[in-house]
Amino acid sequence: MSTLIRHGKVADDHWQWIEGDVPRVVERLEAGEHLVLPLAVWSAHRARLDPLRASVWLGPDDVPETLLPWLAGIPLVAIHFPVFTDGRGYSLAHLLRRRHGYTGELRAVGDVLVDQLALMAQCGIDSFRLRADQPPAAALAALAGGLRSPWPGSVVP
Amino acid sequence: MYRYKQADQRLVEDRVAQFRDQMTRFLDGRLGEDEFRPLRLQNGLYVQRHAPMLRVAIPYGTLAAYQLRKLADIARRFDRGYGHFTTRSNIQFNWVRLEEAPDILAELATVQMHAIQTSGNCIRNITTDPFAGVAADELFDPRPYCEIVRQWSTLAPEFLFLPRKFKIAFAGGAEDRAAVRFHDIGALARVADDGRIGFEIFVGGGLGRTPMVGRSMRDFLPREELLNYFEAILRVYNRHGRRDNKYKARIKILVKDLTLEGFTREVEDEWAWTRGGPGCISDATFREMEAFFARHDYAPAAADDPGYRAALAGSRAFARWVERNVSAHREPGYAVVTLSLKKTGVPPGDATAEQMDGVAELAERFSAGEIRVSHEQNLVLPHVARRDLPALWEGARALGMATPNIGLLTDLVCCPGGDFCSLANARSVPVAAAIQQRFDDLDYLFDLGPLELNMSGCVNACGHHHIGHIGILGVDKNNEEWYQVTLGGREGSQAALGRVIGPSFAAGQIPDVIADLLEVYVGVRHEGEPFIDALERVGLDAFKARVYGGAA
Repeated sequence: MSTLIRHGKVADDHWQWIEGDVPRVVERLEAGEHLVLPLAVWSAHRARLDPLRASVWLGPDDVPETLLPWLAGIPLVAIHFPVFTDGRGYSLAHLLRRRHGYTGELRAVGDVLVDQLALMAQCGIDSFRLRADQPPAAALAALAGGLRSPWPGSVVP
Repeated sequence: MYRYKQADQRLVEDRVAQFRDQMTRFLDGRLGEDEFRPLRLQNGLYVQRHAPMLRVAIPYGTLAAYQLRKLADIARRFDRGYGHFTTRSNIQFNWVRLEEAPDILAELATVQMHAIQTSGNCIRNITTDPFAGVAADELFDPRPYCEIVRQWSTLAPEFLFLPRKFKIAFAGGAEDRAAVRFHDIGALARVADDGRIGFEIFVGGGLGRTPMVGRSMRDFLPREELLNYFEAILRVYNRHGRRDNKYKARIKILVKDLTLEGFTREVEDEWAWTRGGPGCISDATFREMEAFFARHDYAPAAADDPGYRAALAGSRAFARWVERNVSAHREPGYAVVTLSLKKTGVPPGDATAEQMDGVAELAERFSAGEIRVSHEQNLVLPHVARRDLPALWEGARALGMATPNIGLLTDLVCCPGGDFCSLANARSVPVAAAIQQRFDDLDYLFDLGPLELNMSGCVNACGHHHIGHIGILGVDKNNEEWYQVTLGGREGSQAALGRVIGPSFAAGQIPDVIADLLEVYVGVRHEGEPFIDALERVGLDAFKARVYGGAA
């Protein structure tokens, strides 16, 4: 089981990851499960979802603007990094957090490695589902330390 | 010159510590090869044919004498006593040891240098005109803008894992000496009718496997919007550029797929969110940056110095050097001097540690301690009083860097090629040497006049062969080295890509092929007409017929 780090600490996770279009999503939510749904499934069932128990994950080519009208009420948005060299997730995080003012939990999942955590955090990601082989202690250190003056030098306040 | 602030210095120092930790984890097996690769590339470290290669950033080609001395020191202690200046105005050390790379980076950090983002799929070193700030013909000095973009792009977290590498160049106007139309983003200085300062923005240019001339996507971008606009371009590229095929992943392919109009619309929609907002660059920032680069301390120097005039009259060799290697400076009585790294028999762009130390000393004596690296792989001293030219010439001669060939055939641009680079299909350095040896006669070279010859050892085009008036490309055919010849490439406002003249040649044939091309030119040229203009006037056929005996 891979480690979840949230707000700088190892944390328990009550969210269940839903990969594709599985049956009985609404029923499972009504039965009390907390599900992270693919954007397409979330969109299809949106009107019938309990916002406290249904959250959403985005793939790298999903359009985050789809969520805008409901963004404030979504407790968790996860961004999937299929491989760590796919940098699209950084732009999605920037857009949700910085442009559209999302204040809930913004989580990186997938190929999430120690050496990229500080960059993800700078784009507004505040929770990290590490790849299974990544040492949690190193991850915590990377988030706590990192570069003292990370970006952007001294040009932009 | 820009001097690091505390934040810049901390960043490079922290970066060294971070990379040392990553290297340690790689060497003891905690960090896998695939995970380490992008990390080392973003610190300039390649794994090459014989040894790892470290590419050190020289931001917009500007070096202080003490920095060049440090590069000499690194060449001696960590390499084989020399370095290679590249077409992106960086320097490469071709014989470093992997485990010593963090130590080299630590040495660089002591002189405000680094190797950050000299490789990898991220924003690379910003380049500009080697004559920036001193050229008589520029609208304004592009270097303050280069520095602003350097700071913004250094470790910009959103843009470190782009689909592919990303290159930005600035030029100060009039003459484009930075090849802005061959960059992912090119910014060309513009002053609006009402006096506002800004840039024309070109996008999607580049060489490599699919060479393209950049397209103008905006006539005038006000300077305060530079970062907002660049961020919009980068975000559109990061989200929508192709990632399924590395050969189709540069922004030029996205621009082609969306069309220029479609791409521009996406960027402008993105820009609309930030335009006029907090990302605008303030006037105070511009003033502060300009102050780093402005020079008001030129001692008055007579435009007509008797000693200089006597040297011109007394020495044909000196006069020739002045004709080719000395350029106009915006300050009367001053000149810009190019030191040639293209001496026959020396790989183009290579400099020994002794030469680097020697140039540092010349810079301190004659050029306010400043050196520039040109994308033609020469070194430039930008602030030389004309009366000092005879003494500087003697000093440059003693270093073997006074070959009077700037802009001539033997000032050829060349990548390290198959002797060093694991990407190369063919060697380039021996072919360059054969060309330089064949055309070593100065009278003939001067008679031929301005001529740019560029050579690359593979389609990645580090030698920029597509924009050479004569281009040579090394290709592999059944494990043999062959060389394809192109004609008619050029940079600047009439930017064009060279066209292949026909089947490729063996290495030994290349000097004869060049000789044939030159003979055709000498036969057809009008008085004073340069090679490239004569070629454009008469077309390729006469050249092809001569080279292939009419059978092409």
